[in-house]
Amino acid sequence: MKKSRVVIAMSGGVDSSVAAALLVEQGYDVVGIMLRLWAEEGNDAYGQPNSNRCCAPEAVADARAIAKMLGIPFYDIHAEAVFKQRVVDTWIDGYANASTPNPCFNCNRSIRFGFLMQRALALGAEYLATGHYVRVSRPGEGNTDSVFKLLKGRDEKKDQSYVLHVLGQRDLSRAMFPCGEYVKHEVRELARKFNLPAAERAESQDLCFLTQGDYRGFLTRQAPQVAQPGPILNVAGEEIGRHEGLPFYTVGQRKGLNVSAHSANTEALYVIKLDKARNAVIAGPASALGSTNAFVGAMHYCADAAPDAPLRCTAKIRYKAREAPGLLTPLVNGSAEFLFDEPQRDVTPGQGLVCYDGDAVIGGGVISRR
Amino acid sequence: MNPNRIYLDHSATTPIAQPVRKAMQPFLESQFGNASSMHSYGRDASAALDDAHFVTACAINARASEIVFTGCGTESDNLALRGGALAARKQRGLARGHLISALTEHHAVEVTLKQMAELHGFDLDFVPVDAHGCVSVDAVRAALRPDTVLVSVMLANNEVGSYNDVAAIGALCRAHEVLLHTDAVQAPAYLALDVRALNVDYLALSAHKFYGPKGVGVLFIRDGAPYLPLLTGGGHERGRRAGTVNVAGAVGAAAAMKFVAGEREAQSARLRALRDRLIAGVMQRVPDARLTGHPVERLPGHASFVFKNVDGESLMMALDVEGIAVSTGSACTSGDPEPSAVLTAMGIAREWALGGLRITLGYDTTDAHIDAVLELLPRCVARVRAAAEAVH
Repeated sequence: MKKSRVVIAMSGGVDSSVAAALLVEQGYDVVGIMLRLWAEEGNDAYGQPNSNRCCAPEAVADARAIAKMLGIPFYDIHAEAVFKQRVVDTWIDGYANASTPNPCFNCNRSIRFGFLMQRALALGAEYLATGHYVRVSRPGEGNTDSVFKLLKGRDEKKDQSYVLHVLGQRDLSRAMFPCGEYVKHEVRELARKFNLPAAERAESQDLCFLTQGDYRGFLTRQAPQVAQPGPILNVAGEEIGRHEGLPFYTVGQRKGLNVSAHSANTEALYVIKLDKARNAVIAGPASALGSTNAFVGAMHYCADAAPDAPLRCTAKIRYKAREAPGLLTPLVNGSAEFLFDEPQRDVTPGQGLVCYDGDAVIGGGVISRR
Repeated sequence: MNPNRIYLDHSATTPIAQPVRKAMQPFLESQFGNASSMHSYGRDASAALDDAHFVTACAINARASEIVFTGCGTESDNLALRGGALAARKQRGLARGHLISALTEHHAVEVTLKQMAELHGFDLDFVPVDAHGCVSVDAVRAALRPDTVLVSVMLANNEVGSYNDVAAIGALCRAHEVLLHTDAVQAPAYLALDVRALNVDYLALSAHKFYGPKGVGVLFIRDGAPYLPLLTGGGHERGRRAGTVNVAGAVGAAAAMKFVAGEREAQSARLRALRDRLIAGVMQRVPDARLTGHPVERLPGHASFVFKNVDGESLMMALDVEGIAVSTGSACTSGDPEPSAVLTAMGIAREWALGGLRITLGYDTTDAHIDAVLELLPRCVARVRAAAEAVH
């Protein structure tokens, strides 16, 4: 008699494949699903149609073969249109708002734990599992609170809690993350133990749906209206150069600032701010960088409720940033402010602020200008 | 693998019938000759192929010379449409030429016609269909032009099961000296076909839809109808389709035609009863459910539904994990949140059309299978509806 039905989100890669194998070994009634996501049209260097990095046809074939090996049903579901609408288009909108958006939050919220969760429930599954390196602490399991907690994965280097901060109680109560208890090399060993032919996908810093170079080319082709040339201003408001479009700049950036030689100015210039109203890049010296506060317009809490009082905790302002201590103050109508103990160099609107209480994720949200 | 799983997707494909497999066996083993070879091996193959042409022709009241074996139903459609229209246009000395069809056609017809319009400069009109998805003679008559070259109207619709009155449309086309192609792929297991009575110039079939093998289709080209081969080379199939003929496949197709000719009358009556019990049961047990297609004049084993506010693909998957294999109604999915073009052409509202499910019975379907569906379907629909609520 099998345990509950679990849908495992498969990618053909080693993490989700090991997760699937672990669930099967633990006696769950496992069903594998792979989502096909949108990628920019066109052909690659070999004349083959482009595909999203996460779900190329070879990856689908790998996932299907692994599912067959594990003896579980496998569905290959086309989610290109919903991914384009909910992830890519909203990401483009972020640039239209002079921010530097991170599409992975929307993908996890509305594709993985939205669209895919719905499919999982429709199949009669009680849980949706992924190969992410995070953990869920359920009430009662050494967790004295009554809430589900999202914890970092045991492997600090692989921890993916930053992008999963979007999950709430309902999601966490239905989520399973089998890889979270392991470090990466243990997962590889498990793959060997289970005889999984899962190939190690090359890690890439680029977004999964960019198939032809980086995001700048993509925006130029797909959404030229978000990149309008404009002035580069210094902190005094004087025009010192021209830029080709706000999306090509991000706070803290130094390269690519096309400024005329200013006789009085021999300091290196950095992007301090992106000014939507004036379509201007504000540039200044390194001393002008640095902010002790980050404002989040819509703060999400994994416990589904804001803390009653300001809370001392740590926060990351970027996936790869180091956690920094400070004070989280929930504000009216769902916004929040984080005051860092030490100034942070590049607090960037559009990126995510994610707060931690030790290993547990308190919550997070998109940084905006107040 | 679920040993108790139930197959109810016969419009997608059918299993190879025992007599068909038996007929094909020698050609998968010792009788492997190329039918074009002059030696004894070739002669044996050639004789079998001739026989296959003859048997297939007889089954549809055609002559052996009017039968072409192709690789599949899609190829038959492509050959008829492109080959027929291009040849006819040339014969008539037309600069462009006009084609008529409907949006309820299978992709093999619709996509091909659209490509012909784009690449070969044909004008193309899709006539409206009624709420059952049927093309009327009047609709075709209204669309006819002096430069109309070819009309394509399917015999039985794969998604919603409805019939078109091809014979009447054919009579109209004859009167206007316009060619008529019909995709009859869904028909042979249930309906006797008579190409003379149907007044068609081209008729396309696919063996795996009537208990024959995959990889072989049939195209009837009326003697005297214009044609242009798509596959050129060795002049096989009397210059209509080059390429070493799949003798085993052709033998299988012919054997399947014979098989269904003997079975279809009794099976159609039996399946009609089973299907009607299924439809009644679904309408009774599932809230917000509708039958699509004509309620009476439809393929005997075909039951297609739309369920309001249900994701059809999720429903199909939910049934699959419980061991019941059905279809959403259309094979093609591209992550497109838009509903099927056929249902849309029939005027079905979006929140219904997104919840399409097609259940098609076959020669091996039993009462117990229907019981199983009636037991599971209401629960699965409820679960899919609940899942939509639970996430949003």
